[in-house]
Amino acid sequence: MNLIFETSVPGRGCSILPECDVSVPDLPETFSRKKAPRLPQLSENDISRHYTALAGRTHGVNNGFYPLGSCTMKYNPKINEELASLPGFTAIHPLQPEHTVQGAMQVLFQAEQALCEITGMDAMTFQPAAGAHGEFTGLLLIKAYHKHRGDQKRTKIIVPDSAHGTNPASATMAGFTVVSIPSQEDGCVDLEKLKAAVGDDTAGLMLTNPNTVGLFDKNILEITRIVHDAGGLNYYDGANLNAVMGVSRPGDMGFDVVHLNLHKTFSTPHGGGGPGSGPVGCKSLLAPFLPGPVVKKQQNRYHFEKPEHSIGQVKSFYGNFTVVVKALSYILTLGAEGIREAAQNAVLNANYMMKKLDDLYTIAYQERCMHEFVMSLEPLKKETGISAMDIAKGLLDNGIHPPTMYFPLIVHEALMVEPTETESKETLDEAIEVFRRLYETAKTDPQSLHEAPHHTAVRRLDEVGAARNPKLRYLF
Amino acid sequence: MNVPKELLYTKSHEWVKKLDDGSVLVGLSDKAQSDLGDLVFVNLPAVGDSFAAEDTLCDVESVKAVSDVYAPVNGTVTEVNEILLDTPEAINKDPYGTWIAKLTDVSGLEDLLDADAYIAVCEEE
Amino acid sequence: MGSYVPSTPAQRREMLEAVGCASMEDLFGHLPRQILLDRPLHLPSGLSELEVRRTVEKMAAHNTVFSTVLRGAGAYRHYIPAIVKQVVSKEEFVTAYTPYQAEISQGVLQSIFEYQTMICELTGMDVSNASVYDGATAAAEAVAMCRDRKRTKALISAAAHPDLIQTVKTYCEGAGTPVEIIPMKDGKTDLDKLSSLLDDSVSCVLLQQPNYYGLLEDAETAAEAIHSAGAKYIMSCNPISLGMLKTPAEYGADIAVGDGQPLGLSLSFGGPYLGFMACTNALLRKIPGRIVGETTDVDGKRAYVLTLQAREQHIRREKASSNICSNQALCALTASVYLAAMGAEGLQKAAEQSFAKAHYFAAKMSEIPGCQLRFTGEFFHEFVAQCPDVPKVMDALEQHGILGGLPLDGDFSGCVLWCVTEQNSKEEVDQAIAIIKEVCGA
Repeated sequence: MNLIFETSVPGRGCSILPECDVSVPDLPETFSRKKAPRLPQLSENDISRHYTALAGRTHGVNNGFYPLGSCTMKYNPKINEELASLPGFTAIHPLQPEHTVQGAMQVLFQAEQALCEITGMDAMTFQPAAGAHGEFTGLLLIKAYHKHRGDQKRTKIIVPDSAHGTNPASATMAGFTVVSIPSQEDGCVDLEKLKAAVGDDTAGLMLTNPNTVGLFDKNILEITRIVHDAGGLNYYDGANLNAVMGVSRPGDMGFDVVHLNLHKTFSTPHGGGGPGSGPVGCKSLLAPFLPGPVVKKQQNRYHFEKPEHSIGQVKSFYGNFTVVVKALSYILTLGAEGIREAAQNAVLNANYMMKKLDDLYTIAYQERCMHEFVMSLEPLKKETGISAMDIAKGLLDNGIHPPTMYFPLIVHEALMVEPTETESKETLDEAIEVFRRLYETAKTDPQSLHEAPHHTAVRRLDEVGAARNPKLRYLF
Repeated sequence: MNVPKELLYTKSHEWVKKLDDGSVLVGLSDKAQSDLGDLVFVNLPAVGDSFAAEDTLCDVESVKAVSDVYAPVNGTVTEVNEILLDTPEAINKDPYGTWIAKLTDVSGLEDLLDADAYIAVCEEE
Repeated sequence: MGSYVPSTPAQRREMLEAVGCASMEDLFGHLPRQILLDRPLHLPSGLSELEVRRTVEKMAAHNTVFSTVLRGAGAYRHYIPAIVKQVVSKEEFVTAYTPYQAEISQGVLQSIFEYQTMICELTGMDVSNASVYDGATAAAEAVAMCRDRKRTKALISAAAHPDLIQTVKTYCEGAGTPVEIIPMKDGKTDLDKLSSLLDDSVSCVLLQQPNYYGLLEDAETAAEAIHSAGAKYIMSCNPISLGMLKTPAEYGADIAVGDGQPLGLSLSFGGPYLGFMACTNALLRKIPGRIVGETTDVDGKRAYVLTLQAREQHIRREKASSNICSNQALCALTASVYLAAMGAEGLQKAAEQSFAKAHYFAAKMSEIPGCQLRFTGEFFHEFVAQCPDVPKVMDALEQHGILGGLPLDGDFSGCVLWCVTEQNSKEEVDQAIAIIKEVCGA
């Protein structure tokens, strides 16, 4: 397939703007561009066909099952897309006077109320644009909190070795030293190791619950208590909230600050890598430090306010606003019962799939899982040479997006499966069938899996070459 | 497994070659390059920087991982092997012929393993 | 209750049985009692699609959509070609995940590769990443790129966007990077003060071109000073302006950043926008975020793949220079389609017309007593003018469906930052002038 620059024909173009209706003054040479950018020259038909071809080589949730562990690839409702496209939302400037954007401020206010109720928090900011951005923000809140108390010693953040890579990376960005604690055999936090790691230099702990192997850590109250007793705060990575929303709340588990991934739990679409939204909620002890401005309501009017000891801003304006509109629409649709129903069925679907595969595949943790479960392909690899990568490639030939591979790091040859609640039993049964067939193929015809995928547009890319000799743009 | 007898080694799979003027060359052993897989980039240390033994000297990248290279001895970097900037795969092809850094003002050589001791360490792993 | 759970009660019972549970509650039976919610969430019941539509449409209706917008200050209303919305609404693009599985993601990967190329062409730089959150965070990430063991201090122009300055400060506070603001003189960066601030502790200097006040900086002279001092030059730029203005590369910048919102993204009350970052080859290994590279597959076909991933958080973890994971992919796609539809010629037109109409407006404005331009010097499509009665002028404009320029505060209290783009017709501008004239009693 051609690159858009290869489809370009000099002299071709679209007629978008009229001629200028005022005279164009001269711009001094010193400010002028010497060479024009080499942008494509295409007709609108060319553009339409080019992107249709690209869409045909893209796998969306609309194309098939997407059981990516830790990503919550649930169905993206179309009503959310429509409502987020209303001119009343898309055509308003962020710096319009407050009395002309009361509706937008209402969206932020209501979303804050709903999400605080769901998470057990007291206040929230929508400024962070993604989960990692939210982590960074939440950690800055913790940092500001200790500094405000005059406690300069708290320089360490404790992170389990099972954590998502963004956790330690965010802690480093926030200026903390990361203390990594090894997980127990069952993937849960080792209480003894945690007790040994906390001290008066502990700023806080970052944790996901259910954890990154899909298990609910039953010691959660003890864990958060240990950290609180040592003078630290508890940060909740909300990536796995889909397992417990409406059933349990991080605020009731002892967490002081959370981030949410609206593009996971709250059904906003992934867009091929973004935009997401990573709102940060906190208990009232951290509210004065939130980035600003935040929306407040007084006598039915909304206004912006900068929190008293705000950490500043983590991006311009108020966050990915239209993503928040989509999430709010979703929450309004589901309501109290629907939110709980979603979590319950996410957990049911995951346990069902796990049960139907556990006679063949090695399930890493032999107990009730939450919304996702982890398989280890290590035994199969030892026996047949077929790895997690090979099974994943085999799935591609069956139109199923592979599960998350090689994460979390504490399981070797990991495949992490998260079906979500929006998949039907028939889809699950079909996927189970495919997984079972691939297992048999691993035993009877491993070579075909080593050479998989066979039916995709491209196969087994040279990633080493791509990294050694980076070609990161088209060269004319 | 290739373990030249004339070199010294660390538990973290670096090799050390003593030069006549007292300085040393540092590289990665055959086992190290095999475990790492195809290298795509070497983040060379800065000339002039000093390290204590077991400090992170620099790191090397494969497609899916990053690994630290540890200073085998105390010393100061006086030269780095610039061919690695364009051909990191030289470490994979010829691990003992491809040095990464040269250190001077060296001490701590006595703590290094000889070839036999290194082979024993590898077998234990 | 609205629901997207397709399984019927009968199917749920079947699955529960297969799993060995008596009920849904049983699935959570192993959770500690104390943390289980013993009440429903205090949220209203769910709604049907029609009811959700009515509820949310009401909120949208409580916002004023101005028919004429003369306000910029970091969010710009430009004309968006119809093809843009059509392409970026394709369900595959909207709902796809990050393209880690390259074999089935060639569409997304190729589109990012094309975007990276276009950003390089716009800015003149060698390498672009796949996007970051917005222009302000792009600036903060650029500052982080420049930090090394000996040089840690960042100098940021006071004439950059206040949100950019604040965001850089917040990020630097986290990293422990000292930040100093280079004072302004007559609306532009004070280059004498810049020289006096440059020493060997400075890792980078950031200038915005055009700056927050619309003015064109003497970015060339700045470049010499910055490079002589051994620091890196970060230029925050406006992508539409690059249709006619000198590029960051032509100025000698090491890193170009900015917000791609003007390239086909609606105002959307501040987001989602699009942070772009581009740099010279020398800084390739330091740029954060995802990058797509070209390669071949096992059959020799050209293919695209996420590359240089060993810079990123999922591999480096606490040693990563940035934590960024999700970016603004669909917004980057939007910008690509916009640039494809406009082409170099169309982009130049958009730039020239914004430039021309702003100058027309400024000339007419200066004829009104009390409305002189606050600063002298070349400007692109924004300018600051005095205003004898800001609230009255804004009100009068609002009555006519016009969003006036941004009232400034602090040192520039009593002044307004006006913006005109190619989307404003001469009639709109004339109408605004007439209203302002009337208010000012002219």
